[in-house]
Amino acid sequence: MAKTQSKMQTQKVVNEFSINIATINGSGSQTANLTLIRSIFKMGIPVSGKNIFPSNIQGLPTWYKIRVSQAGYLGRSQKTEIAVAMNPKTFGDDLADLDAGGIFLYADHIKEPIDRDDLILCPMPVKSIVKETKPPRELRDYVANMVYVGVLAYLLDIQLETIESALDFHFKGKQGPIDFNLSVIHDSFHWAENNLEIVSPFQVQPLDLTEGCNLANGNTAGGLGTIYGGMHFVSWYPITPATSLPEAILEYAPGLRKDPETGKNTYAIIQAEDELAAIGMVVGAGWAGLRAMTATSGPGLSLMSEYASLAYFVEIPVVVWVIQRVGPSTGLPTRTAQGDVNQTYNLGQGDTKHIVLIPGSVKECFEFGWKALDLADKLQTPVFVLSDLDLGQNQWMTPPFEYPDEPIDRGKILWEEDLEKIKDEWGRYLDLDGDNIPYRTVPGNQHPKSAYYARGTGHDDFANYSEKPEEWEKNLDRINRKIESSRAILPKPEITTRSGAKSGVIAFGSTDSAVRETCDLLQDEGLILDYLRVRALPVASEVLDFIRAYERIYVVENNRDGQMHSILSLEIPDRATTLVSLSHIDGMPLSADWIKAAVMEEEKS
Amino acid sequence: MAEKTSKLNEIGLSKEDYKGKQTTLCLGCGHNAIVGQIISACYELNIPPERVIKVSGIGCSSKAPTYFMDRAFGFNGLHGRMPSLATGALFGDTSLIGIGVSGDGDTASIGMGQFKHVTRRNLPLLYIVANNGVYGLTKGQFSATAEQGLALKKQGQNRYVPVDIVWEAIAGRASFVARTFSGDPQQLKALIIAGLHHRGIAVIDVISPCVTFNNQDDSFHSYAWGKSHEVALHELSFVPPVRAIKVQYEKGESLEVPLYDGTHIILKKLAHDYEPTDRAKALQMLEDANDRNELITGLIYINPKQKSLFDLYDLPDTPLNRLPNEKLRPDPKSLEEINNLMF
Repeated sequence: MAKTQSKMQTQKVVNEFSINIATINGSGSQTANLTLIRSIFKMGIPVSGKNIFPSNIQGLPTWYKIRVSQAGYLGRSQKTEIAVAMNPKTFGDDLADLDAGGIFLYADHIKEPIDRDDLILCPMPVKSIVKETKPPRELRDYVANMVYVGVLAYLLDIQLETIESALDFHFKGKQGPIDFNLSVIHDSFHWAENNLEIVSPFQVQPLDLTEGCNLANGNTAGGLGTIYGGMHFVSWYPITPATSLPEAILEYAPGLRKDPETGKNTYAIIQAEDELAAIGMVVGAGWAGLRAMTATSGPGLSLMSEYASLAYFVEIPVVVWVIQRVGPSTGLPTRTAQGDVNQTYNLGQGDTKHIVLIPGSVKECFEFGWKALDLADKLQTPVFVLSDLDLGQNQWMTPPFEYPDEPIDRGKILWEEDLEKIKDEWGRYLDLDGDNIPYRTVPGNQHPKSAYYARGTGHDDFANYSEKPEEWEKNLDRINRKIESSRAILPKPEITTRSGAKSGVIAFGSTDSAVRETCDLLQDEGLILDYLRVRALPVASEVLDFIRAYERIYVVENNRDGQMHSILSLEIPDRATTLVSLSHIDGMPLSADWIKAAVMEEEKS
Repeated sequence: MAEKTSKLNEIGLSKEDYKGKQTTLCLGCGHNAIVGQIISACYELNIPPERVIKVSGIGCSSKAPTYFMDRAFGFNGLHGRMPSLATGALFGDTSLIGIGVSGDGDTASIGMGQFKHVTRRNLPLLYIVANNGVYGLTKGQFSATAEQGLALKKQGQNRYVPVDIVWEAIAGRASFVARTFSGDPQQLKALIIAGLHHRGIAVIDVISPCVTFNNQDDSFHSYAWGKSHEVALHELSFVPPVRAIKVQYEKGESLEVPLYDGTHIILKKLAHDYEPTDRAKALQMLEDANDRNELITGLIYINPKQKSLFDLYDLPDTPLNRLPNEKLRPDPKSLEEINNLMF
């Protein structure tokens, strides 16, 4: 078999390649992978990391795909220039998936056949390096992954001091683990320096493109945004991939939300017995005047449907974060998708229709975290924030979170003194201002006229039970007008234009970076596309204007049926035939390679 | 008569001030008796209606909150999911008094999970189950508390053994569990009063006959059976702190249970020599009564020292829903620090 060799080197590829690291989950590879991505980031090079992991705690294959891109493309790349094979079970596949000319690093104790001669091979004596550093027995497997960090540092020119600062961050300054991991990395680096004859065609070179930015994930951002949005109450039930959002709140709220005067908590968090109870508690809290929030994923969302419908009809503000994973059914719990657009938009029986905010970046997860609470209070209705596993759990380069630029909006709540001032008659569902949003009182109000009886059954303007046809229709129509009117105040779409575009592309959420990359790639092919990113449902008029302006619009999404495509087609039926659905779901984040190929295929016809 | 109804309590309210809408339940429905005793208890305890939150699920029982205290906030939520609704709502202002009315379908079938979890969390809530062994609103199907062998018109015979709500509540570590009978208004009211003074979940299983679908004389949930099989454990009195000295009981015949707010429940022993502070003995007593075919009523279990849900949260004295906005949003400097601490 081909030995290590140096003949294949051509021109250096700098700061544009992907590394696929195959390990076994539960083996501590996460630390090694985060160290790599953070080191590269610290060198000022845009980088993203996607964890492709199993629904399992220990022992199954897991991959981490790092994309280095000085062009700033953070979406998934289908190409793999460097592979690290640490898992015997996936060795063959990892070898086969590597692009020609790529570097194949592998633990040399894996005795699997290598049947390719178009690669640069790099066996690593993982066991002997680890043995020499004499780790405590229980840490032996964990530090083994640091070997590829050291070897890659040598091959790609990753600065050792950035590795040190990455480890320092990861271990929160704890010198013991920092030093130990660092010693393995150093030993591996020196082994590579002294023994490897290969020269890597891929290289990182320091830039200043990450200056002022952070590496973070959307769920942490969403949790922090919720805290800064003044949430009072969170109830949740663990589910992948939503769990890390309430957990971020659990981590940060104690430090941020203690009243400095009394030292008491200005919020409460309950882990519920299931999603039925999580949404029930949140609805109860929202009714009682608390800014209440829960987070879930597809299966939990299904369970929340009945209370979501009640909250819509009884007009109770709540915020529900939906971190999408692959469905139907239990599906692929640890893989990403955009398949709950329809379910979220119309969650519940009857004519239920919700407001849905769709963040497309980590920074926007923070922003929508607080904005959702304001919108829910203002419109007295559930507000859903639709994110996904890719945005929620993976590491993204992001500008710093921006402090809310608007004061907290509690909407139309009447307390005792407000009721005294009201000259006209007050009724819970009486539209006093003509804007379809009535005034509400909340429990605890001691004014004798404040109380009302909330019910999911038919009711009149004064919340009395009613089965009268005209009252039912009047109430439901007003609620509909209220939701319709939100189009004007929800986050506007983000539109990117290029001169000479005759076609457009519409996308939403985590595919943003891949779609931007696609537009660049297609421009190189002579196809110019303007791009609109939907940020909320129901859509703003700008979305419809955009659709009207082009001969053809591609609607790109990570699901099978083109759910956003059908929503848009219903919004603007006279232009429906100009909307072309490009939808795809296989558990992986959409890549620019796939979108480009799909567009090119359509352009042929 | 007119004079009597307009009599005012210590906060200047008449019984009229505690009333709700005209009942739409069937004439003679046991649930109406429950409504009547809730009104009497709150009136006698001088509770401002505005300080009460009344919550319910779905079913005949869950309509009940409509018929008392119009001046209290109320929420008729979803079938079996009143406990979660009440939990969230009471966090809004933990000083409010929660009264939940549920049924046997609502609690022992669809809502069993939420029922067990609200008992284990010890949410301060008076949780009344109007238990008639039958689904009334859907016109006469067996509920999970219907006894085995019960015959209903359309359903034939009930195949399954019943769920005992009191047993489930005790096993679920509720801190106050009682059973009574809607045909025994005095005991019902005494238990409601005691439950309203308990800081924690107070489950009262009220056997409340359905006169329309399940009132055959031999049925566990009928008036006739209840009247002839009821065995009260004790005579209950509730003693507000100021009056405690005025009540004299002979030693050995009564048991005083002090509650968190300085009040006492006094249990005057009747048929059984029973102390309701031992969970295992309470369960044994239920088994024995079942073997004897008795409807045991009274305060079956109480632990006034168990921490309530709100004792576990370090909340401010100001209700969360009245906190000013500036207490809710951390300052810009803190966000700057977070941004700086990120990688």
